[in-house]
Parts: sequence; C-alpha cells; structure tokens
Amino acid sequence: MSAPPALEVRGLAAEFLTDRGPLRAVDGVSFAVAPGRTLAIVGESGCGKSVTALAIMGLLPPHVRVSGSIRLAGREIATLPPEERRRLRGAEMAMVFQEPMTSLNPAFTAGEQVAEALRLHQGLSRREAFARAVEMLAHVRIPDAARRARQYPHQLSGGMRQRVMIAMALACRPRLLLADEPTTALDVTVQAQILALIDELKRETGTAVVLITHDLGVVADHADEVVVMYAGRIAERAPAAALFALPQHPYTVGLLGAAPRLGRAAGGRLASIEGAVPDMARPPPGCRFAPRCPFRIARCAEEAPPLAEVAPGHASACWRAPLESVLEAAA
Amino acid sequence: MWVWLARRLGQVVPTLLILSFLIFGLQQLMPGDPALILAGEERGDPQVLAQIRAELRLDRPLHEQYLHWLGDVLRGDFGFSWRIRMPVAELILQKLPVTAQLATMAFLIGALIGVPAGILSAVRRDRPADWLANAVALFGISTPNFWLGIMLILLVSVELGWLPPSGYVPPTEDFRQSVATTIMPAFVLGTNVAGVLMRHTRAAMLTALAQDYVRTARAKGLPERVVVWKHALRNALIPVVTLGTIEFGRLLAGAVLTEQIFTIPGFGKLVVDAVFNRDYPVVQGVVLTTALIFVLLSLVADLLYMAINPRLRHA
Repeated sequence: MSAPPALEVRGLAAEFLTDRGPLRAVDGVSFAVAPGRTLAIVGESGCGKSVTALAIMGLLPPHVRVSGSIRLAGREIATLPPEERRRLRGAEMAMVFQEPMTSLNPAFTAGEQVAEALRLHQGLSRREAFARAVEMLAHVRIPDAARRARQYPHQLSGGMRQRVMIAMALACRPRLLLADEPTTALDVTVQAQILALIDELKRETGTAVVLITHDLGVVADHADEVVVMYAGRIAERAPAAALFALPQHPYTVGLLGAAPRLGRAAGGRLASIEGAVPDMARPPPGCRFAPRCPFRIARCAEEAPPLAEVAPGHASACWRAPLESVLEAAA
Repeated sequence: MWVWLARRLGQVVPTLLILSFLIFGLQQLMPGDPALILAGEERGDPQVLAQIRAELRLDRPLHEQYLHWLGDVLRGDFGFSWRIRMPVAELILQKLPVTAQLATMAFLIGALIGVPAGILSAVRRDRPADWLANAVALFGISTPNFWLGIMLILLVSVELGWLPPSGYVPPTEDFRQSVATTIMPAFVLGTNVAGVLMRHTRAAMLTALAQDYVRTARAKGLPERVVVWKHALRNALIPVVTLGTIEFGRLLAGAVLTEQIFTIPGFGKLVVDAVFNRDYPVVQGVVLTTALIFVLLSLVADLLYMAINPRLRHA
C-alpha cells in the first residue's frame, strides 16, 4: 500500500456566525495532496479558499464552527485539542500569507522571527536557533543573510520579506506548506522567483504544497492538481493538465475564457463572468453557479449537483458534465 | 538618527523661550497690585509703595522687567519670594522632591494596575473581565480626586486608623513613615493614571492583536501567552509609553487638590499659596519649572519611542 497523502481533507465546512445568521464560507470541501506535490486552489475572492487554508491550520477565530475531517500524513487532526493542534503548527504544517509587508512583526528582526519557530519546535538555544535562521535565510537566497538576519522588516523589500516568511515556514521542515496568494502583493519578476523557490524547496524536502491563487497562469506553471472553488464549494477538481485541456465545469470554462459567451480571458487572469457571486448568507438552492451559468437547465436551480468523476481523477459538480457536447452545441 | 536627535534638541530652546514669554505675559494680566499686598498696614503711604515698586522693578517698562527676569532665570536665579522671603529656586528645590516622590509612586500604582488590566481586557474582549476592567477604568477616570481622597481619609485613617490622614515625612528621615504618608495620595492620583493607561493599552492591544503578524505568530505554533505578551504587546506598548510619559509629567506638575487634602508640602500647594498671595516670582518660577519638566519629558517620550520602535531607529 502506498503512503498516506500528506494532507487529506474530507467534507470540510466552516460556518461563521453572523448577525444575519450562520454563513457557510466553506461547504463540504474534499481533496488530498501527496508529499512533494502541489495542489492549487483557485477561485474568486470570497470563494472560501483562504478560509479553507486557515481551517486546516486551525487558525480561524473560535466563533467559526469547523467540521469535517483533516488528516495530516494519515493522522486525524481536526478533533485534536487546541494545545496539540498548536504544536503541529510551524512544525508539521506551516503557512505563508498574502501580505509580506504586514505579516512580519515590525518590532523584531528577521532572524529572530525565523529563529523563534526553531527554538519552539526543535528546542534549540537562542544562539543555535539564530545560526540556523541565518542558514535558512541564505537557503531562500537572501544575499548577505547574516547581515539581513539582524535587520527589521521595514529594512527589507517585499520580495525579501516573503523569502523570510518562506524561511520561517520551512525552518522546521513541515510536511505541508499552505501558501495563500504568496505572490499577489509582489512585482511580476519577484513573483516568478518566489514561486520557483517554493517549487525547489518542495522538491528538496518533499513538502506537500497547497497553493492558493486566483492567477491561472500560476496554476498552469506550478500545480500538479487543481481544485476550483465557487461560493464555498468545489466546482471542479482535476489534474492541472486535464483541467486546462478539457474543463468540466461551466465556471472553470468561464475562468479560462474558453467560451466566448462567458467573457474574455485577460492574460491568464480570471476572465470576467456576468453576474455576481451569490449572497453567502442566503445561497441559492441547487447549484450556486446556476444564476450565472449559460448552460443551466431546470434541474440546476432545484438540486445541488454532487462532485462526481467524469474521467479518472477528474471530478465536476455539474449536472451537465461531461461538457464536451454542451460546449460544441454552444460553439 | 543623530541628525534627528540634534534637530529635536534644537526645538527645545525656542519652545522654552516662547513659554517664558507667555508665563511672564500672563502674570501681567493677573488682577491686584503686589505692592499693595506687600505694604500691608502701610498701604496708605505712597512713599512706601513707591519704594517697594522700585525694589521689585515694578516701575520699569514691561519689556525691561521681562528681560531682567529672563536673564536672572538663565543664571538659575528665579527671584525672591515676596511673601516667604526665600529665593524661589530654593523653594522649588525644596518642594520638587516631595512631588517627584508622590508622582513616582502614583505612576507606578497607575502603570502596574492600568497596563495589565488593559492587556487582560483586550484579550478577554466583550467578556466579564473586560466589562469589569472597563468599569474600574471609568471609575478611575471619572471619580474626582478630592472626593476619593476625602473618602479614603475617612475610611482608612478615621475609621480604621491604619494610616495617618495627612502630613509628610521625607524618605531620608523615615522611609516607612514616608511611604505611609504618601501612599494614600499616590493611590488617589494613581487611579486616574490607571484608568487612562488601561483604556489606551486596551485599544492598542486590540489593534495589535488584529494585525497580520499576530496571525503569523500563531501560524508558527507559538503559545497564546507568547503571542499576546511578546508579539502583540511589544507593538502595543509603543503608543502607551508615550502617553505614560505625558501622564508622568502631569503628575510632576503637582496635584493641587490632592496635595491640599493630604497637606503634602509639594508643588501643587506651593503654587496655590503663591497665587493667593500674588507672590509673582514664585508663580513664575513654579510654572516655568513645570513647563521645563514637560518639555524635557516629551523629549524623553520621543527618545523612548525611538528606542522601542525599530522603524524610527533606522529611519
């Protein structure tokens, strides 16, 4: 039998209690990532991608009800007491955030912040941890790492800060790295460097990567598998090549800009799709994409389609999948 | 950084000059003729009055009076008290340590209560501990010091007989007695400081706890106490330290009512007596000293701010 996936999520849901009643930001999400592989989660802002990552990390505020199963290397962690869950963070799983400008503490040096995780999880002394931190900073290609380690975040560029974040996340060699739009706030050239760095470190350490992004170009270049999320649910889940070759959900089709009626793709970025994301406090019955879907049929508005395989390893939550004939008819 | 420091120090001089001018000017607006007060029984004798006026240079033009006064002040000569018949500088040096002791104790009480209460109430936001801390802070800020002082004297001194109701003993003479005589007024002044510091610490902590770097600290697996007391507090303290320094300055400026109630011979009492007696040199000296303390403390606040805020240190 093969080793269990680095991360396996089943039926993950996150419910926010709001003034207008409970709001399911994530609703029944399931996927798995093998060690050394990259899974991309794609979707518009507010589709639940970040909440999914925070739920896996156990970083959602206490008033958010999280349910479902989260297995890290085969071990169920969703039901662990908070204290044990905390010990996994930074050691077994780590996260890199979108905003390198604000994600580092302005009052401590870069080296101190990387060393902190090493002292905590590996019991290194202050001196040892700092020396290791300098090595890590050099490893993520920060030039003159010994000097940079003694500098404060405001003295570093955005790209360098994100490298510090990556060094911090990978310092204890976690099984799982969650990268939440790690390059959105950076310049295009720096973006490519950071993503290449994550790829390289992944190959080197065998860490599984969950890459959250809204940039399909990034997905094409860096992901092995893709999960497309819409309004808190998975619309489509497929190997990256299959998804780009033959999308099986109208929303993905819209994102790729493959169908002229759905809008135009702009340089690999999300294409614009007519209509708006539904009000998550009162989601439409049936398929959540139905109000915006050009291929909808009567059933779509009544009954939510389950995520079902249309090809080996390729699943779509659409009553009309497989879409080949539908797309042909539209064209 | 050194340029900044030089520029900051350069600001002190004009600030003090403007202050001295204002203080001198305000004096002239006070009603009443000091010569009449000093003459006492002989106020009917124009010769005596003229002599007093000549002695005090009151017959000279205003700008001449000001320049004379300023020159003296720069030499450390704050004039001579018309009433107490003592050099003002000596009077101030006598009273300042008393108020400094009271202010230090009050500040310690305020900071030791206010800062932890603010942290606790931010961490336990919208829960009973937060409500309690807010209620206590509101009480500390809104209770008049004279009322709280009188109540304490009635309870602790009159009813329970634990502490002397008034008077002052210098710490060099008898340390325990000194603390016993100042602890109540220090507490009265401290409740106020505690309230102010609690509210500001709470607000600063709430801001800090909502920052991305706090989420990063949690993502690292740090225990909540390290997240709160190291990552959040270190940033939250930056504005609180500045405010604390100003609060300390306020305490050093003398607590007029509290010193009166507990008959502590400090700055507050000195200035009140001087105003009632139209003892201009004393009023001028005290106000100028207070202003000087404030200017220096705001310099200290800026230096502290720089010491704990790396963004400024390297700017």
